[in-house]
Amino acid sequence: MTENTKYDAIIAGAGHNGLTTAAYLARAGLRVLVVEKNDWIGGAAVSRSLHEGWTYSNCSYVCSLLRREIVRDLDLPKFGLQVIPYEGGASFTKSGDYFAYYSDHDALRREMARHSPRDADAYARYSQAIMRQCRFIRPFLLRDAPDPTSLRPRDLNELAYLVKKAHGLGSRELGETLRFWTMSIGDLLDEHFENDLIKAHLAGSGIIGTGLGVYSPGTAYVLLHHYMGDLDGGIGAWGFARGGMGAITAAMGAAFEHFGGTIRTGSGVEEFIVENGRVIGVALENGDTFHAPVVASNMDVKRTFLKHVPRAKLPGDFATAVERFKIRGSSAKLNIALDRMPDMPAAPPHASFLRGDMHVSESLMELERAYDDWKDGRWSAKPYIDMLIPSQIDPTMAPSGSHMMTVFVQYAPYDLEVNGTRSGANWDDAQRAAMAEVVIDRIAIACPDIRERIVHKEVRSPADIEREVGLTEGNIFQGELTFDQLLFNRPVPGFSQYESPIKGLYLVGSSAHPGGGVMGAPGANAARAILRRETRDNRMKGYAA
Amino acid sequence: MSVFTDPALGLIDGPFQPRLAEQSRAKAWYGWAGYIAPAVLDSVEFEYFALRNQASLFDISPMHKYRIAGPDALAAINRLITRDATKIEVGRVAYCVWCDEEGMVIDDGTLFRLDDTDWRLCCQEPMLTWLLDATWGFDATVTDESDTVAGLALQGPTAFSILDAAGLDVADLKPFDLREVEPGLMISRTGFTGDLGYEIWMDRDAALPVWDRLWEAGALWGLRAIGYEALNIARIEAGYLAAGVDFQPIHATERLHRGKTPFELGLGWLVNFDKGHFNGRRALLAARDAPRTLLLKVDVEGFKPATGALVYHAKRREVGHITSGLWSPTAKRNIALAHVKASHARQRPGNLWAEVYTSQEGQWSTRMARLIPLKTPFFAPPRARATPPGRI
Repeated sequence: MTENTKYDAIIAGAGHNGLTTAAYLARAGLRVLVVEKNDWIGGAAVSRSLHEGWTYSNCSYVCSLLRREIVRDLDLPKFGLQVIPYEGGASFTKSGDYFAYYSDHDALRREMARHSPRDADAYARYSQAIMRQCRFIRPFLLRDAPDPTSLRPRDLNELAYLVKKAHGLGSRELGETLRFWTMSIGDLLDEHFENDLIKAHLAGSGIIGTGLGVYSPGTAYVLLHHYMGDLDGGIGAWGFARGGMGAITAAMGAAFEHFGGTIRTGSGVEEFIVENGRVIGVALENGDTFHAPVVASNMDVKRTFLKHVPRAKLPGDFATAVERFKIRGSSAKLNIALDRMPDMPAAPPHASFLRGDMHVSESLMELERAYDDWKDGRWSAKPYIDMLIPSQIDPTMAPSGSHMMTVFVQYAPYDLEVNGTRSGANWDDAQRAAMAEVVIDRIAIACPDIRERIVHKEVRSPADIEREVGLTEGNIFQGELTFDQLLFNRPVPGFSQYESPIKGLYLVGSSAHPGGGVMGAPGANAARAILRRETRDNRMKGYAA
Repeated sequence: MSVFTDPALGLIDGPFQPRLAEQSRAKAWYGWAGYIAPAVLDSVEFEYFALRNQASLFDISPMHKYRIAGPDALAAINRLITRDATKIEVGRVAYCVWCDEEGMVIDDGTLFRLDDTDWRLCCQEPMLTWLLDATWGFDATVTDESDTVAGLALQGPTAFSILDAAGLDVADLKPFDLREVEPGLMISRTGFTGDLGYEIWMDRDAALPVWDRLWEAGALWGLRAIGYEALNIARIEAGYLAAGVDFQPIHATERLHRGKTPFELGLGWLVNFDKGHFNGRRALLAARDAPRTLLLKVDVEGFKPATGALVYHAKRREVGHITSGLWSPTAKRNIALAHVKASHARQRPGNLWAEVYTSQEGQWSTRMARLIPLKTPFFAPPRARATPPGRI
């Protein structure tokens, strides 16, 4: 029996967006193949067992942005997806105090008042302003970004929708919107709050995954991007996927196979085969070749076009624009197996916020300094850490009584500076270990006994994330979420609607609108665009859009 | 163990909680500004009729209270609120609203002039940062007294007799008067029930003895402690607005255009354009003659409370909705407050209907109930205004 090498569509990369596109296309009746370079699926939404008995969400680690429309369309709960909200969080200080963020509204107000009565009062108006902006922008996540230069009815329609929504805001609020999109999270917080610790706690969402500092313009939008999710209608709520983030992609993969799709792991795309300006299939690293009139890349825009499409097949200005796309690695990750729950002497026993996200940054200035180190090619001397212990809620992550800790670390450069040269190749075991020591010192502010608790740890530099997951420079969003490369400019001007200069070759990952996070929106939007275009072009038949 | 105080999750005790807990047989509590507060203590009916027939004691400590003091306090307040604060004399209380620059109501509340340069603002919504912004540039300080000042509402026909029996002389207090009757004990003839009544203000630390004193004095005058549900019936009968129910405070709206101007809430009489500049003046001048909706007091046909019902013109065209509605045990009417498009509220008030859902033993049906707009409160007894007040 010869293996079938012809499909209606091939998806390169089994990340959450690739699988989302694949599942939607398969659901529409297409014969779809997903190829993945790793031996497992999931991309950056994976659960890995690297130490016996413990499961790590070793890249992305919490879930909120995954669009509920997608969960519903693909019936992901039926395929095992369960997302459990977590409660609050805290920022610990060296003096032994903390600021706790409670999901309980009144407890949060009283806790804020403990640090600043004025800030406690200000918070209500601040969060109202944030929610107002989220409400404005959220509908655009699952819509295509309009091309402002196009006169096609679809683009005009989308543009009209944007203008109508913007007009509905009124001039004053529209002014606020433009400020939100362009200002820094530091300036935004300084406008509302006086307490350093509260500001430091709230600033985290503005910089996570971004090669920008808290006072860099554009970081307020990054915060909005993080607030745009919801859990069961709880806007802005975050949760754990039961079984780790890999549970999300496992459910997507199962849904895809349920719709008749095929997944091949263990060999990635070597080259997108292009003939006469049109993609006709993929050649894999292992020499296998598959053909399809539609090929969608879940890889970021740089990797897709600069590594796997012959330069000669690309228009020069497009290739240049892709080269200029900002995709800078700024974060590292520690995944730690703990023999038991570490001590947190500052916190009252059984404090609910220990089940949330914990930090140790005490001021915006400290965060800005952490960014300065990154610019110079070093990891931060006092990095921002976002640490969680999901095994308190999820019994599947660690042996009973033991725990798993995920620690997101910022800032860590991709091109580490060593002896005057900056390169991703400078990341070796010694550098990784040295960075881990700095991070563990930071963790020890909250958990003084952390060193005795560690059974196993995994340290992932931006270079490691690039090597394993394939994200260029280890940038978790597949490209900065700044306004010069958002909406109709994402990834590059003129190609915001998932297509590329090569006919039939689509971009479905987070490099595309609306951007990163385990959201699935680029993948779902791209599937819609593919079905619409390829139906119109009449190259594929026999499915219902 | 932590050396720091971990804020309790959920609700915390207010100053009168020991007494309220003793009184609670219904065990029906709710959260009010973070404090545990009684929805019902015994039964709504008995509590309501105590309020209208004898006297009732309701804990208003969770209200937000702000002290505004200093040489420029009057100027700052006059800039903040829409009515003319210069006309509020020392020893008087005024109901007022304040707006944002677009003329949308931020909140309503009562303003107490304690002294020439010393005021207290009492309201439902947290307001500290707004007041700090509003007093910026004025020689005035703002102090949040929400957690330090306790308050009790003593309301009902025998309220005066109870104060008298407690040895507190308020015979000459007219409606909206206030007086420090004893050091640290202030009484204002104010309330949220439309009835004869007083509000008693004291330091949180002095709260329980005041409760006990009134309780003892009230034994022969039918005094009962009540929860919010009974009070809510009385406030709707009086036609008073509840923030977040009958209007959405503009600072608590995500969706724009959900705010209301004072004119749209029937509070145009609180806006004084002759007093000089105040927050929202320019917008309110433009909005004065162009309300989008009007808040109507309506008598609803039939007996089923119409809370949440949509309002139709000629049973067909949707023109508004009902915010608060209930059967009034005193007025013996089915009453409601409704936001209705201004054009229909003004020109076609005779053909308004509420869509009411009724369930008879599990069988649901929809019914159109005619609405009759009323000009006056549903219940406004003369005893509420008589001075000296009646004893029963």
